[in-house]
Parts: sequence; C-alpha cells; structure tokens
Amino acid sequence: MKLTLHIWRQRDSETKGEMVQYIVDDVSEHMSFLEMMDVLNDNLVKKGEEPIAFDHDCREGICGMCSMVINGQPHGPQKGVTTCQLHMRSFNDGDSIYIEPFRAKGFPVVRDLIVDRSAFDRIIQAGGYVSVGTGSAPDGNAIPIKKEEADEAFNAATCIGCAACVASCKNASAMLFVSAKIAQLDRLPQGKVESKERVSKMIAQMDEEGFGNCTNTGACSAECPKEISLENIARMNRLHLKSTISPT
Amino acid sequence: MADLISNVPDGPLADKWTKHKNTIRLVNPANKRNIDIIVIGSGLAGASAAASLAELGYNIKCFFFQDSPRRAHSIAAQGGINAAKNYQNDGDSIYRLFYDTIKGGDYRSREANVYRLAEVSANIIDQCVAQGVPFAREYGGTLANRSFGGVQVSRTFYARGQTGQQLLLGAYSALSRQVAVGKVKMYNRHELLDIVKIDGKARGVVVRNNATGEIASHGAHAVLLCNGGYGNVFFLSTNAMGSNATASWRAHKRGAFFANPSFTQIHPTCIPVSGDYQSKLTLMSESLRNDGRIWVPLHKEDSIAIREGRLKPTELSEERRDYYLERRYPAFGNLVPRDVASRAAKERCDAGFGVNKTGQAVFLDFASAIERYGEEQANIKGISIKDREAVMQMGREVVSAKYGNLFQMYEQITADNPYETPMKIFPAVHYTMGGLWVDYNLMTTVPGLFALGEANFSDHGANRLGASALMQGLADGYFVIPYTIGEYLADDIRTGPISTDHDAFKAAEIEARGHLSSLINIKGSVPVDDFHRKLGKFIWEYCGMARNEKGLKYAIKEVRSLRAEFYEDVRVPGKLDELNTELEKASRVSDFLELGELMCNDALNRNESCGGHFRDEYQTPEGEALRNDKDYTFVSAWEYTGQPEKPKHHKEELVFDNVELKTRSYK
Ligand SMILES: Cc1cc2nc3c(=O)[nH]c(=O)nc-3n(C[C@H](O)[C@H](O)[C@H](O)COP(=O)(O)OP(=O)(O)OC[C@H]3O[C@@H](n4cnc5c(N)ncnc54)[C@H](O)[C@@H]3O)c2cc1C
Ligand code: FES
Repeated sequence: MKLTLHIWRQRDSETKGEMVQYIVDDVSEHMSFLEMMDVLNDNLVKKGEEPIAFDHDCREGICGMCSMVINGQPHGPQKGVTTCQLHMRSFNDGDSIYIEPFRAKGFPVVRDLIVDRSAFDRIIQAGGYVSVGTGSAPDGNAIPIKKEEADEAFNAATCIGCAACVASCKNASAMLFVSAKIAQLDRLPQGKVESKERVSKMIAQMDEEGFGNCTNTGACSAECPKEISLENIARMNRLHLKSTISPT
Repeated sequence: MADLISNVPDGPLADKWTKHKNTIRLVNPANKRNIDIIVIGSGLAGASAAASLAELGYNIKCFFFQDSPRRAHSIAAQGGINAAKNYQNDGDSIYRLFYDTIKGGDYRSREANVYRLAEVSANIIDQCVAQGVPFAREYGGTLANRSFGGVQVSRTFYARGQTGQQLLLGAYSALSRQVAVGKVKMYNRHELLDIVKIDGKARGVVVRNNATGEIASHGAHAVLLCNGGYGNVFFLSTNAMGSNATASWRAHKRGAFFANPSFTQIHPTCIPVSGDYQSKLTLMSESLRNDGRIWVPLHKEDSIAIREGRLKPTELSEERRDYYLERRYPAFGNLVPRDVASRAAKERCDAGFGVNKTGQAVFLDFASAIERYGEEQANIKGISIKDREAVMQMGREVVSAKYGNLFQMYEQITADNPYETPMKIFPAVHYTMGGLWVDYNLMTTVPGLFALGEANFSDHGANRLGASALMQGLADGYFVIPYTIGEYLADDIRTGPISTDHDAFKAAEIEARGHLSSLINIKGSVPVDDFHRKLGKFIWEYCGMARNEKGLKYAIKEVRSLRAEFYEDVRVPGKLDELNTELEKASRVSDFLELGELMCNDALNRNESCGGHFRDEYQTPEGEALRNDKDYTFVSAWEYTGQPEKPKHHKEELVFDNVELKTRSYK
C-alpha cells in the first residue's frame, strides 16, 4: 500500500519543530508500524537525508521505549497495544497518517519523535520501592499472600512506564503511572508498611515535575497499552487522604 | 594452560562458596566510601549489582543506552526464573539444579560456578518477594511453580508471561532507592566506547552521550560489564533492537579474552520470519511447551497442501500427524532442551515437511491441552463432558489464564487465532552462552574489569536451560559480586580517586572519536542495516543451528570482505556531536563484523558437537550430537592480537570431580 505520512521534525528542545510530509509506497500489511518507519528511514538515508529519530527497543510491547502519537492517539488506533505492536493491516492503502511525539510540559523533545521521560524515573526514586537491602529477606513463602491480591498487584505492576497516560491527558497528568506503582506495593504486605510515606513523597515529586491534575476524564486508562485500571488512582487518592490526615 | 587461572577455591564442591566467602578479603565501610565503581548496563545483572554495591557503601556510576534503566532488555524475559526451593516437594535440591544445568550445558561449563549458582538461587526468590515482585501464587497464598525444558521437576517461578519485567522492576526499584540517597549516579542514553587501562588495570571508560553526541571519560577503581548478550550479530533475533556487542568487544580489544563465542542458543519456539523488511523475531515462551504439542504432517503431500493453503492443519487426522519430539524423545517429549528441539525442527523442515509458505515452520498445537483442561473443569463443575462446546470453552479459559498474553501477542503479529488453529513456530537466535571469560570472582583477564550476566560465559556451557538466565543475572549481581569484588578492591583503599587527566583517557577518547568520525567520513552509498542484514544471513546460514568446516571457512572469507566493503561504502548521515541513530548503529555493526568472524573461527576450532554447537561432521547415526570429551573438555578463550583475522586461542581445561560425563540423552 501507499501512505502519506505527516511527521513531526524538531532538531532539539530549543528549536521550533514542524510537520513534514513523506510518501511511502511498497508498504506490506504484514509490516509492523516501526518496520514501516524503518523503510522510510532507509529511503531517507539512501537519499542522503537524515532519518527520523524515534525511540524503540524491544519491539514487542514490553520495554515501554516506543512512543509516538499516531493520528491523535498515543500508540495509535488499536486498544491495548504499543506502537511497536501495531501492524500496518490496521491501515488502508492511500491513508494519511499523522505522527507526533508524546507532548507534555514534563517531557521536553530531544529530537523529532524522541522525548525526555526521565521525570518518571525521578518519581520512582522518590519512593517507588520497598526499603529492603540485599540479603536481608525472609523466606519467600514466609508470608502467604492471597492469590487475588497477588494477581491485582501484578495487574498494576504491568505498567511499562511508556507515558501514554500523560500524552493522552488534557492536563498532562501522571496519576495513572504513579498510582499503579503505589497500588501494586500497597496490595502486598511487603510494600504496605511504607504506603503512607510513599504516597506523599511520590505525589510531591509528581507535582514538582510539572504534571497536571487529574480531572477524571479517564483518557489515560483508555489509551494505556497495558489497560491499567483507574481504580489505582482511586486507591492512591484514598491513601493520600489518609496520609495527610494522619501522617506516620 | 597456565595463563588462565580460574581461582576456584579448593575443598568439596558444596563447601567452596561458603569457604570462599569466609576467607575473601573485605573492604571496611569507611574505605568503601572512597572507592568508585562503574557499572555498564542496568539489566538484571547491572541493576542488581549497582544497587547491592551501593548499599554496601561504594560510589556507583551506572551507564546504559536506553532512556530509562527499566527498559533494559531483561524486561522482555517471559517464562520464569529457576530456583532450588523444592516448594513442590518433587525431589528438587541444590545438587539437582546444579546437575541439570551441567548436563543441560552438555558438560562444557565450570562445576564450581554452576554449583554456586544453584546454591544462591533460593535467596534470589526471597529477595525479589521482599521487594514486592508479584510472583504467581496458589490459592493457599504460596508461590506457584511451573516446569521448563530439560528437567523433570517444577522449579520455575513466574509472573504470568512477564517474569523478566517484574524482576527487572524489582531490581530497578532497589536501584532507584540508591539513586535517591546519592550512592548511584545514572547516565541514560550513554554508550560505552572504550575501556581505559592504567598500569594494566581497568581504571575507567570512555562513553558517548547518544542524546548530545558528547564523548567523555569517567574514572573508577573497577568496571563491571553487565551489557547483555550479542545475539544481534545475526541481525534477526529475539533480542531488543539496541542489544549489542560493543562493550564486550571493546573490552576484548583491550585484553579481555572472549570465551566460547560460537555457543549461541537458537530457541525453538519463535514466530517465523515473514518478509525481508523484518526487523526482529518474537519469542513464544518455552513455557508453552508444557501444554503445546509440536508436530508436522507425516506425509509430505499434506505439508505441501498446507503450504499452498489447500488444507487446514485442523483438518488433518491424528494418524497423519508426526509429533516428532514425542516420537524421538519419549522420556522428555516436547520438553527436551532447546538445542535438541531446535535441531529437530530444522531436520523436519530441511526434509520438506515445513508448514508455512517458506517451508520454515512447524506447528505448536494447543488443541489437546484445551480438551484436557476442559474435561478437568467439566468434572470439577459436574458438567457432562459430552457437552463439547462447554468443555472446549472451559479449556480455552484455562489456557488463556496461563498464556493469555502470549496468545494475544501471537495473534497481534500473525493475525491467526491460536485457540482455533495451531501456532506456527520456528527456531530463532535467542541467547549467547559465550561471552567474556571470567574467573570464579567474575573478573575478566583484565584486572579490575568484571563481567556479569549474559555478558560473561560462565554458567551455561554449550546450552542454557530455560529460566536460568534470569537466575544467573541476579545471582551475579545480588549475591556474588558484592563479595568477590572485595578481593580485588582491598588493594585499592589507598589509591584515591582515579583522575581522567591521565594520558590513557585522552588517548582513548581521541581513538573513540576518530573511529566514529571515520565512519561518518566514508560517505558511501549503502545504509548500515544492509551490512548488518548480510552479516546476519552468513552467520545464520553457516554458524547457526548446524555448522561444518567448509561452510565456516566460506563464511570467514565472506565476513572479511563484507567488513572491507563496510569501511569503503557505508553511508552514515548526520554529525558526530549530535543525536545520530545511524552512527550508533554503524558503531555497533563495526564490532559485530569482527565478532562474527571470531564466532566462525571458534566453531571451526571445536571439532565436536556439543549443546548448541552442532557440527555436521560429528553426529551419531541417529543424528544426535557427538561430543568428544577426550579432546574438547575445555573452554576456548580467545585473545585479541591487534588484528581480528588472527585471534590467539587459549584453553581452560574443565575438570569434573563431581559428575560423570555422560552422553546427554533425553530419550
Ligand atoms: C524474549 C526473551 C525472553 C527471555 N525469557 C527468559 C526467561 O523466561 N527466563 C530466563 O531465565 N531468561 C530469559 N531470557 C534471557 C534473559 O532475559 C537475558 O539473558 C537476561 O535478561 C540478560 O540480562 P543482563 O542483565 O545480562 O543484560 P540485559 O538485560 O540485556 O541488559 C544489558 C544492559 O546493558 C546496557 N548496554 C548494552 N550495551 C551497552 C553499551 N555499549 N554501553 C552502555 N550500556 C550498554 C543496556 O542499556 C542494558 O541496560 C529471555 C531473553 C529474551 C530475548
Ligand atoms: S519498543 Fe518496547 S514497548 Fe515498543
């Protein structure tokens, strides 16, 4: 098939960017979206032009490195998948596709479609862990954990930190990301001990990074490639309330 | 050879590690504050090492090429992690895990290292649980297990099909905690370009900030390479796109011996290649072989009909199917080790029984599992098993609970529904057992330079068992290096900070910059990927699942001329001092082009078949691997001599005091 691509090009965070149009033909429906981008880049290199910079690594939907807003949606039109898992069979011959970076105040553009998401690392550093040192752990079966709780903790823990939640939110809120970590650890006895401190520290860092507030539109969860549930946000808010009423 | 000293402690196997820990030199806490360590990589090995060493008080700098440490390739591991917990009471023990690993590796690994790995395996699970890793659990609240290939006990811990993700996030959280207290400094989007040696010791690194193009030096008292495997030599593999050999190869060029480079693991269950544009291959976890049955048609005409779309696999009756693993290996059936399963698939496809358009695929079929689980559920729920629709529906639900995300991934890529029709799979490059040679303390042949995780060669011999790489990465990082590094650093407590003003740093920076500029200045006509693809095809064809003398010699010649062509005609647009993804790729491919040749040389040198290394010339009449213990019970360790064409061969003789070398049989 033949496609018209409109792609955001920007040299660096200081320079202004713009949409640039490219035509690709010979796209097979079996290609992944990123393989289609590879073909375009291959053509650009052959013509002596600079290829389009985009983030990617695992190409199987787990590392969270790929980003891209495709036709207005983070990770494109299909539910529950990342950009790298998207296949060209989701598009039609002759389509125009608009490709832009994940935009948010907290994520400056590095180049073209690459943004700096290190704010997410700093939020985890603020408290997204259990304070246990290597070598001091009791036997793994010492504390039984209800299967349902373990499964729910797992569901929250499947967040890949890609930041589609922020990119989809009109307020650029990071609440879904932050709450997923808080809820995962809060559901497990090992993590619960520190829940209150964790929630205040992580929320404080989130605010400092310039992410917006949550106004319950739910776009984050709808666009999340791992379909992380909004319930995590509710749980985080409850914990936050408790921690401000009775800080430890 | 006397020049390779493994430093394995004396004494009985089971006491070696304890004794070593008790006698190893220590660095006291006040002195640890004066010691700097560089860690390259933030995967399971790097993150666990960096966090644990920081907790002990050392100052850590950690470099990695992704934008966040959480994205290291370990994140993609699916199936699980082994540990000798014997929670299932099925006869598991440290000794049995040790024995399975030695046997699985076809008797080409070092006994003492493997025993230590089995010994610390149980601690890993405890550590991860304490960090909040949400492993799968039974209804009673205890940890669940499943089984993996090549073993007869259930010792694999897992978190659905995303075990690597959960373990890495655990290690990442421990690391983040140390970043917060200032003990670890993280350098994202940074790529190692060189190791800097002063007076023969590793004293730092030269790195490039890929986001800005800036090249800089960092000094330290020791350097840990945790940069993962080099499977991407093959271009197509299950590794992430950025996985590379650069850190290992540049270390090799600075004196670190490269061990068993040709020992690569070809994983039997991956989604087959679909076209020339293909950028990577996707693994379907080995755990699927617990329930999936592998087959091809018994008659060639049926294979042809299926290939041409005239016949559906579901229409083929049982008598016309060949469950070739169950036929050839009745004791282990579909759960034979990876190398055996891969070769058997290749054998059937080469013989003309392949089932996709290219003839390079076999079926992995869940129909009988769905039926079996469905009937079990019907019995539990008191529903008549004559209600086939209900039975199949319940069966599909059980299978979905176990492998749902994998089935979804498969359907996403192939547009086929594996609940309705068997998956098509084919072997693909997955893991590299070879790597930098290390002694018992995980130190390479360069003093002060250590290698951990997939980057070293130490534990898996000629074939790795499933769920053992995660175990090894975390064992190395959490439980081995925090002890063994003390032995080396104890001499450095009075050294003081390593200044990058030293001439060695300046020289290495100039060299690194020179190499990258020269790549840009070639201004040829061919994109980097074209060279990489070609290299991959040669290595896959001649140094892949089966090798022979003629093919390897041919490949060596071809790789050399490809390398020459690369330096004449590669096109790298853009500049050195800016973000430049083509330059990053060119730099990595320049190393793959040299490593590829060494892999062929290594395979050519080893005149036997063992594990993943199968030489056509050395096989039994039934087509099984024929080892030669008399002449090849050693590790090959290659020294760089200044020219990639002339590697120097060294041997570490392997001594087996505790297991008897047997012909590996899974029949
Ligand atoms: C799809 C897949 C599934 C798997 N499933 C399993 C499984 O179920 N069980 C199991 O036991 N094993 C599994 N494995 C194998 C296992 O995941 C890996 O062997 C293991 O995770 C490697 O960990 P590591 O820490 O050594 O390296 P990696 O996780 O690969 O980390 C390498 C690190 O080094 C950095 N790095 C690399 N090169 C450079 C450079 N030049 N400069 C700076 N930094 C660099 C990277 O940024 C990264 O942080 C699987 C592998 C694959 C591919
Ligand atoms: S590239 Fe890893 S999630 Fe897309």
